[in-house]
Amino acid sequence: MTQIVVWGVLLGVGTFGFRIAGVGLKSRLTLSERTSLLLTAASVILLVALVVTATVFDAGGFAGWARPAGVAVGGVLAWRKAPFVVVVLAAAAVAAGLRLLGVS
Amino acid sequence: MRSLWARARSRLGPELSRDIALVCLADGIVGVSFGAITVSVGLPIWLPMLLSVVVFAGASQFLFVAIIAAGGSPIAAFAAGLLVNARHLPFALSIGEVIGHGWLRRLVGSQLIIDESTAFALAQHEPARRRAAFWGCGVSLFVCWNIGVIAGAFGGTVVKDTNAFGMDAAFPAVLLALVMPSLKDRTTRFAALVGAVIAVAATPLLPSGLPVLLSLAALPLVLIGLSRRRRTAYDEPSRDAGDYVIEEVGRVAERTAGDGDHDDGPAGTGDTAGSVLP
Repeated sequence: MTQIVVWGVLLGVGTFGFRIAGVGLKSRLTLSERTSLLLTAASVILLVALVVTATVFDAGGFAGWARPAGVAVGGVLAWRKAPFVVVVLAAAAVAAGLRLLGVS
Repeated sequence: MRSLWARARSRLGPELSRDIALVCLADGIVGVSFGAITVSVGLPIWLPMLLSVVVFAGASQFLFVAIIAAGGSPIAAFAAGLLVNARHLPFALSIGEVIGHGWLRRLVGSQLIIDESTAFALAQHEPARRRAAFWGCGVSLFVCWNIGVIAGAFGGTVVKDTNAFGMDAAFPAVLLALVMPSLKDRTTRFAALVGAVIAVAATPLLPSGLPVLLSLAALPLVLIGLSRRRRTAYDEPSRDAGDYVIEEVGRVAERTAGDGDHDDGPAGTGDTAGSVLP
């Protein structure tokens, strides 16, 4: 148990290290507009990769059809400029509804 | 902290406050499941709470607990979690300035850098709103996530399967809606698409966390796009370039300096003029 706590806290410390290192670096450097655009794009790329992998996979395997269907509906709504609340609730509702119908 | 919150709220406005509240609710429910699952695999009731405060990054917390529950070593759980959380470094690099100055702000603000707060910040146009969105989202999510985890740890198995509520689809949908305005920029959109393909292809082969990081291999595409933009739009007074018509999905061949009319992104997320030009 002590081991678990120690490594759990270390995970927190390490994660915080990533966060504060980024913040510290950013404040120390004077970045050109080009570099800041690039950094912003990096975050967008990471977030999209996160969206897609979190949509398709669950613990390394295929997540089933309900989740991608929900996210796809949410994505189309977001693209069509539906309000954020509608996007999120629709995605959850479609996934939950499909599962209720037996689609996993 | 209280005055900070009041200030953030007044700057957020009703729409953004409502959006953040919704994400808080969704994440709170996921927090309940994290608390419940952790306790149900036989770990002490305080462990999920401890992790949620010190780590404060949902995916890595689930992974940490899953590895230990499956009999893995704490070191392996730590390493896997750290890998998943490495993306917080580029996140911090891109939105670092929204945190503001002073060491206390930096310390607290750094801990609040998560997927959602980054996405909310990126979706805002002006610096003041970015700051408000970041702090508003970060502080509220920290509170809701931890309340959820405590409730789940004590409440046991009430809401263990949040998938039944579609919460697993809500998380990607939240991030997708928030990055959508940034994807109006053709170069960013193409690079993100390539990055996503890389991440998906790599997922069955590599440990979690790494595939998402690998998506950054698509970043040079943005560089190419930027240099093309520079060539075509070098002396434009306003760098409002990058509002493109959406139907160009997938076509990248040429990068032009599209400086068409602004139109709003998804309601409530603000407009981010292409790849977020402040």
